[in-house]
Amino acid sequence: MSLISFLFVPLLAALLLLLIKDKKQAQWTAVIFSAITLVLACQMLCTKTVDVDMAWLPNLKSRFILHADGLSKILILLTAISFPAIFIATAKNEFKQTNIFLSLMLFTQAGLMGVFLAGDALLFYFFWELALIPVYFLCSIWGGEKRIAITFKFFIYTFLGSLFMLAGILFLNANTSDHSFLINSFIHANLTNGQQVTAFALFFIAFAIKMPLFPFHTWQPDAYEQSPTAVTMVMSAVMVKMGLYGILRWLLPLFPMAFTAHTHVVVVVSVIGILYASFIAIRQDDIKRLIAYSSIAHIGLMNAALFTHTQIATQGALIQLFSHGINVLGLWMVADIIEQQTGTRSMQQMGGLAKKQPTLAILLVGFALANIALPLTNAFVGEFLMFTGLFKYNPWIAAFAGVSVIVAAIYTLNMVQKVAYGEISEKINTMQAPNKAAQAVLIVLLIIVFVTGVYPQPLFTVTADTLQQLFVK
Amino acid sequence: MALMKILIAFILLWPLAGFLFNGLGRNYWSKKVVAYKATGYIVCSFIASIFVFMYVQEQGAVTVHYFDFINTATVKIPFDFKVDALSSLFLLVITGVGSLIHLYSTAYMKEEAAPHYARYFSYLNLFIFSMLVLVLGDNYVVMFIGWEGVGLCSYLLIGYWFTNGNYNYAAKKAFIMNRIGDLGFLLAIFWLIVKLGSVNYSEVLTATSLAKLSSTDITGITLLLFVGAMGKSAQIPLFTWLPDAMAGPTPVSALIHAATMVTAGIYMITRSNLLFSHSELTQHVIAIIGISTALLAATIAIKQNDIKKVLAYSTVSQLGYMFLGLGVGAYSGAVFHVITHAFFKALLFLGAGSVIHAMHHEQDIRKMGGLKSKLPITHLTFLIGCIAIAGVPPFSGFFSKDEILAAAFAKSPIYWVLGVIGAAMTAFYMFRLYTTTFLGKFRGISDQENHVHESPLAMTLPLILLAIASALAGAIGIPEMMGGHHWLSHNLIPIVGEPIELGLSHSLEWTLMAVSVGIALLALLLAISIYKKKTDEEPTSAIGKFFYHKWHIDELYNEAIVYPLNRFAGFLKNTMEKHVIDGAVNGVGKLLQYSARKVRLTQNGQVGYYILFMVTGIIVLFLLWFNDVRIYVFFNKLIQN
Repeated sequence: MSLISFLFVPLLAALLLLLIKDKKQAQWTAVIFSAITLVLACQMLCTKTVDVDMAWLPNLKSRFILHADGLSKILILLTAISFPAIFIATAKNEFKQTNIFLSLMLFTQAGLMGVFLAGDALLFYFFWELALIPVYFLCSIWGGEKRIAITFKFFIYTFLGSLFMLAGILFLNANTSDHSFLINSFIHANLTNGQQVTAFALFFIAFAIKMPLFPFHTWQPDAYEQSPTAVTMVMSAVMVKMGLYGILRWLLPLFPMAFTAHTHVVVVVSVIGILYASFIAIRQDDIKRLIAYSSIAHIGLMNAALFTHTQIATQGALIQLFSHGINVLGLWMVADIIEQQTGTRSMQQMGGLAKKQPTLAILLVGFALANIALPLTNAFVGEFLMFTGLFKYNPWIAAFAGVSVIVAAIYTLNMVQKVAYGEISEKINTMQAPNKAAQAVLIVLLIIVFVTGVYPQPLFTVTADTLQQLFVK
Repeated sequence: MALMKILIAFILLWPLAGFLFNGLGRNYWSKKVVAYKATGYIVCSFIASIFVFMYVQEQGAVTVHYFDFINTATVKIPFDFKVDALSSLFLLVITGVGSLIHLYSTAYMKEEAAPHYARYFSYLNLFIFSMLVLVLGDNYVVMFIGWEGVGLCSYLLIGYWFTNGNYNYAAKKAFIMNRIGDLGFLLAIFWLIVKLGSVNYSEVLTATSLAKLSSTDITGITLLLFVGAMGKSAQIPLFTWLPDAMAGPTPVSALIHAATMVTAGIYMITRSNLLFSHSELTQHVIAIIGISTALLAATIAIKQNDIKKVLAYSTVSQLGYMFLGLGVGAYSGAVFHVITHAFFKALLFLGAGSVIHAMHHEQDIRKMGGLKSKLPITHLTFLIGCIAIAGVPPFSGFFSKDEILAAAFAKSPIYWVLGVIGAAMTAFYMFRLYTTTFLGKFRGISDQENHVHESPLAMTLPLILLAIASALAGAIGIPEMMGGHHWLSHNLIPIVGEPIELGLSHSLEWTLMAVSVGIALLALLLAISIYKKKTDEEPTSAIGKFFYHKWHIDELYNEAIVYPLNRFAGFLKNTMEKHVIDGAVNGVGKLLQYSARKVRLTQNGQVGYYILFMVTGIIVLFLLWFNDVRIYVFFNKLIQN
């Protein structure tokens, strides 16, 4: 099968949706097309993929190359699962111009797929922006009250990062022997140490802002809070993975020397960021901001793991890319159902969910357990391997980062207690009968959490080739 | 082998099936179905455990492999389970005591609505499953899976009545304190993987792998493992969650917070005894923390008036004894005490539950009294439990405690002296509890008095069976000195090696024993004589208040750790994040806007200025024109740097 279908199907759906005015029809179209993408993604895991290689911008010697290895596949799978899940779970939310909204979402999906597949730097940059721009419109049109200022900041911030990367790409392009943008030419570019460091820095800033890595993270909690939840889900489940993907696909292979030279400072900053975000999460009353900070901590751990440059931690991060997406998706969905039905995000006003809506409370607890990486949930496997690698890198740093394991339990159980337990609060009492479709999605996600937590072997198998490329030379 | 594979799978899967069955069907099944299924599954596991136990007795240890949990190029962690002398013993205790407590719960929890009744049993089943995973696992990661699993169940069951905020708080506290310990356990596992590349017992616990570890490694790993044990087994400084855990239903306190889960730390250290025996430092630390915890908790227990709180501190104290045993190298003694303690402490908690049940949820012993005649079975079985824990021969507690004390004496007489003081306190507070509750006059309100009744058979039967076990379990470890064979320590030779020769003469051992029993008896009689006539009021003496308020340790933790951390988090959130980091980001933006405003002023509409700028521009261009080569070189350099 051709990899181009991962771009073609979402783009086709996005264009089709511009013509479908009816809300129900638009929603069905989005669900069906994203489900097709999901089927294709599942099929891709079982079959051999064929690279796409076409002429694109011959004057610039940039080619349209799509290539999928384990790293791409696992993120494509995540992207493909996320979108139909999001469409179904948020179908009840009221939007004006639903079809435009969904269309922009699907443009984003195409952009994300492109990012994870591109084998040419210019193409990569193109998709990188394609994924960002629709999100800008989604947030600034459908977002919360403070959306304009917040979205502007988010856009400027990440766009600035992208520009740094573009500068880095052009800089590398000038230094390749054939002046092309192919990843292979980039890898073999002849760079002095100083040049490597310069290019490394240009790329790294873009990725760090995207993840986001402490201290470049301040756009994120605001953006998550103000965006429509469907967009927040895309951003935190999939888009933040672009930064980590960039590190694995571009930074590490292209600048091995600069990478090794900077492991220590990046690991230390990441670990500080993990604890920083975890501590801030303790004091959040807004459930969305709590999840946002928790997510910053988790992403920080993945980044630290990658920069230890140990095989075991990288293995952990590779599957955590997937697992974190599933878990955070589940948490957002529960938070969104509560917010939609009660009109509040303040956890102080919640309480008694377990009594009012036991099923939803059980789902919340399930994802909360995954969030604290309880064994037999998917997150445990990844975090266990990442921490082992971190320990191998430096036991003291691992012990320091390990404190986040405790802090995560504090803020996550605080959340569970405030939302689910206690007597039914006034706000929670207004909740209606559960939304069956959303609940079904949540159940499926929770099943994924436990199945990949008990038997993660398929995820290891998928990502084995990436690991081989990175560590067995 | 194939048979064992099936049997072990069944032992594990029955409780898991019960969890799913009751958890998913909580709205569908009647209470009767739930009770039968939940209890039945555990009984099935118990029966299978007996077969497994007998098989191990005859054929030796067996390891079964199901599938690989993690299998990558760098590390391999299989889902392997192992039954040997140690785990098969724990298997019997867990499923045996577990069955009885399930049976007891069917009656105790009767007042709960059907969905909650099912929820309770599903948690209880999940607990048994996790606990079995913990003891059956053949490597540290599988043990850790069970380890956190039991922590989760403990959390869920402490907070079972989830509408009560205090209970939720207690549940959360238990989980978080356990997590602190778990971090230690995890770091130990990482250390093992990094140094040995494996976490399997069969590879870690061998002479060859010991040779690969430096003494720093061994001390570090064992201390970290012990930190894990401190959390789970409620030792100083991580013990304050256990008394609060009494918020859970009483059968839960009996099963999880007395008989099984809290002994996981002892299991873990016994399992890893090869490592621990090679670190003198760790052993000292364990012994000192063990005996300190035993004494600290005993002093608190003396002053408590809540029937469950007394038992909770007693549990902490008894666990301290077990750690003392581990610290002085008496591994089989510690395991022995785990077993006898499982019987008598489960008995005592269930007895307390029966009292609470009869008294309509009254837990303050000052409002009880005279229950002897009203609850004859509960009374008699509770008395047996008290005698057993007080260490009166020939009841079970005597043998196990004495074994630990003898080994402690061989290591250092100070340990022994402190141990005997603790034993005296144990006898004292237990009989204070017994006397205040069962003897004397009834002090409750008349409404309670009229309704006090003995519990139903489902509750008294477990009491009777546990009382028999508490009385007789000493038989598995009668020392040779008394003409016994000490079956347990022989049985455990494959795990912990030959029992260490204490080097004490028989006459000395007899003397020590007589002294400790004598002191305990004195304390026991003293307690009865004091509390027969009066009850404790609020303490007035400084030391009494200090014990009554639990040494103010909770307050200390709050002031020294919880509040400062909370303030620190607040500082990060409100100052650091808002003003420093985001302030810097916004500052850059503001700077740009500011300079834009300034630059805009140049467009002021005055022709003179425009001409000035034009001329300047022309001059600059002119300079560039003539120096283009130099400028080109300059920019090239800039880029290449």
